[in-house]
Amino acid sequence: MKSLSEIETTVKRASKAAGYSWGVSEETGKSIRLLELFSLPGIKHLNEYLNQKNKSKFENLNLISENNSSSNNPYCPITLGVSFLDQINVLENLKKIEFKNVAYPIIFISFISRSSEIIGKKINVKIDEKKMLLNLNVNIISNFTDQEFPKIASTIEVNLLENEDNFTDDEWNNLYKLSEETFVEESDSLKEGAAGAGLTDND
Amino acid sequence: MKVELRDPNKIMKLSRLGSFHQSKLSFLRSFLNEFKEWEYKRDLFNLNENGFGEAVYSFKKNKRVYSLVCFANEIKDEERSDRVIATKWDAAFTLHDGVPTKKDIERLKNEVPKQEVGRLSYKELTLSRANKSVRIYNHVVESLSKGQQPDLNLLSKVGYLYRTTAVYGSGKFGLADRFRIKNREEINGPFRLEMMLVYLVRQFTFDQVNHVAYYKNPKTAVKLDDNICKNLGIGNSTGLGMAPFIVNHPTLLNNWILSREKALKKIREIKDVESQDSDLFIDCVKKSLKNITSWNTDSEFQKTKITSLLKDVEKFLNFIDKDFNFESEYPFNKIYQWLEDNTCEECIEYIVSIMMEPYNNIVNPLVKEMSSDEEKYFNIPTYRKVEELRNIIEAKYPNILDINFEEKENNKNFWFISKNKEEPRLADRFEEHGSELEQPLAIARDIKKLYDKLLVSKNSLTIAEFLTSNSELRHVVRRAFIVEKFPYSEIQDNTIGKDLMPIDMLRLKLSFFGALKFDPRSDKWLRICMFQGAPLPNELKSYDEQWVYKTNI
Repeated sequence: MKSLSEIETTVKRASKAAGYSWGVSEETGKSIRLLELFSLPGIKHLNEYLNQKNKSKFENLNLISENNSSSNNPYCPITLGVSFLDQINVLENLKKIEFKNVAYPIIFISFISRSSEIIGKKINVKIDEKKMLLNLNVNIISNFTDQEFPKIASTIEVNLLENEDNFTDDEWNNLYKLSEETFVEESDSLKEGAAGAGLTDND
Repeated sequence: MKVELRDPNKIMKLSRLGSFHQSKLSFLRSFLNEFKEWEYKRDLFNLNENGFGEAVYSFKKNKRVYSLVCFANEIKDEERSDRVIATKWDAAFTLHDGVPTKKDIERLKNEVPKQEVGRLSYKELTLSRANKSVRIYNHVVESLSKGQQPDLNLLSKVGYLYRTTAVYGSGKFGLADRFRIKNREEINGPFRLEMMLVYLVRQFTFDQVNHVAYYKNPKTAVKLDDNICKNLGIGNSTGLGMAPFIVNHPTLLNNWILSREKALKKIREIKDVESQDSDLFIDCVKKSLKNITSWNTDSEFQKTKITSLLKDVEKFLNFIDKDFNFESEYPFNKIYQWLEDNTCEECIEYIVSIMMEPYNNIVNPLVKEMSSDEEKYFNIPTYRKVEELRNIIEAKYPNILDINFEEKENNKNFWFISKNKEEPRLADRFEEHGSELEQPLAIARDIKKLYDKLLVSKNSLTIAEFLTSNSELRHVVRRAFIVEKFPYSEIQDNTIGKDLMPIDMLRLKLSFFGALKFDPRSDKWLRICMFQGAPLPNELKSYDEQWVYKTNI
């Protein structure tokens, strides 16, 4: 088994050899390491992408907007990922961002996951019909289980989620009520003595 | 009185970093302190009469066990080499997490002796190999087998029976990644498991030499005297592999140096020094003279440094004896100022290290601050502005901005990774091929390039916008934001210039390991000694903390 440290170092060097700058290669190393940590096929897809990169043309998208479409060649997932990571503080103001025609989207996903941690918000990603939830770079939930990740995504829809509860008020209230059963009903003497603040607390 | 931390622009110069010495903060000393209560055991010693076979040593506490698995192999004299290109060694070692099963030992027997071309698993934590100092080893075996102790004069010339030629950890060759074990309290300090490996290897060398001597002549053989064992360490041959590490781990480097600087600051701020503390300090300086006079090297560069060090330490002791009163206020601050005015860098840093000896209360909490969660500081704050980045560079790299990299002598060398051994190397870019594959270790030059670009960029641009057209400078943009928070994270010198002494970079790291007797074999590799004078494993529960100054061979 390869260690994550070996993965990160080798990816960094391979990315540099493939023509990326050292700084971008460092980012790629971190991102692929993350995918492999989450048991997602980072090495496999990067390997295929770097092979393809010599033979086919990919578009670099440096400035991301709400709708991004590459009509000729697919977007490079690394440049796209680094741009997303760098611009996340601005992109945070957009609720939904769409990308058309992205190569090896799982590589792009790793950068979005890291962005989720930077802004402290969960991010929903829809790659064509498949969904992924990126939880603050702590984990990635998807319905891709046992399925091949696509080499090209026609549409990637990125939704930046507001920090909200994912349960109802009723569910919370019921649970809270149950938790109250660990509290002690205060008698008058406990009210006076147990907190130690004295009788006057508004002076 | 408030003393300022020393200026990084002075301390982080290579000549100063290359003058650092071991101290109480050093990893091998903090390792001994952490593991002194652990149960030490030799679990297996299955060597043949020539000393070849397997052995296992362990440290255990509660349910946690660390086991050193040793493989001693027969190699021909001509196969023995300290260079990284070697493929066979007298012994190979791994530190296993837990108690190795027979199956583990069989697996490791196939992999560990192969070192870089073997594969380890997440159950192994560190990996190393070592070669005998043949001259010393044979002399010791011969003497012991005849019932005599070895010649101490000969031993003092080398100081060890074996020297390691590499110690690997943190995920190399399949070893466990750091994140798997980072929450263990006992290894909350850098390189602690590497130190454990080296320490246990030292014990293996004594056991092996006793074993071989016994089988050579069972009737007359005696064991190597414990006091002699104690005064032998483990050698280490180190090349350029260490140099990039300190560039590639800026926050870790910061935390090492910052801990040292904080310790010095706090000691200088002590108003009244207890007499027992000043006595201990002076005693350590006096006893440490033996470490200087027994420091052997053929390197003219190091000989000159040792001569100046010895002269200046003697001058310092004379000053303390005749002109100094420890009962005055802030005595260590006065000493420090005197050192800066009157002695060489080597001596200043030597005495600074010894100043820490009386102060466990200052040093021990700092030991816990010497690791770093590097991932936390990796992301670039791309929302910040070009103007801010330019200000950071002007404030944090003042001397580097003065270097003219158009001049050939300032741009002479390049760092690269060799294809055959995947090891860092340094070469002349105007004489050798390969500079197009230069590693990103010319930080000063690249910071200067970044600064020049920033000068012609709009102040109001965000870093994200700046990076869209300056991707080739991304690695140094990251570093500049790191040095803003971590003042000692950057070497404030040119790492590709004509006058670069790469061993200064190695020396810095090795001093934090706790190495003694730096012996440069060229400007690119050196030998050192570790654990010389250290307590033996069975003495750990109660030992003299200042052992490092009390070697007697």
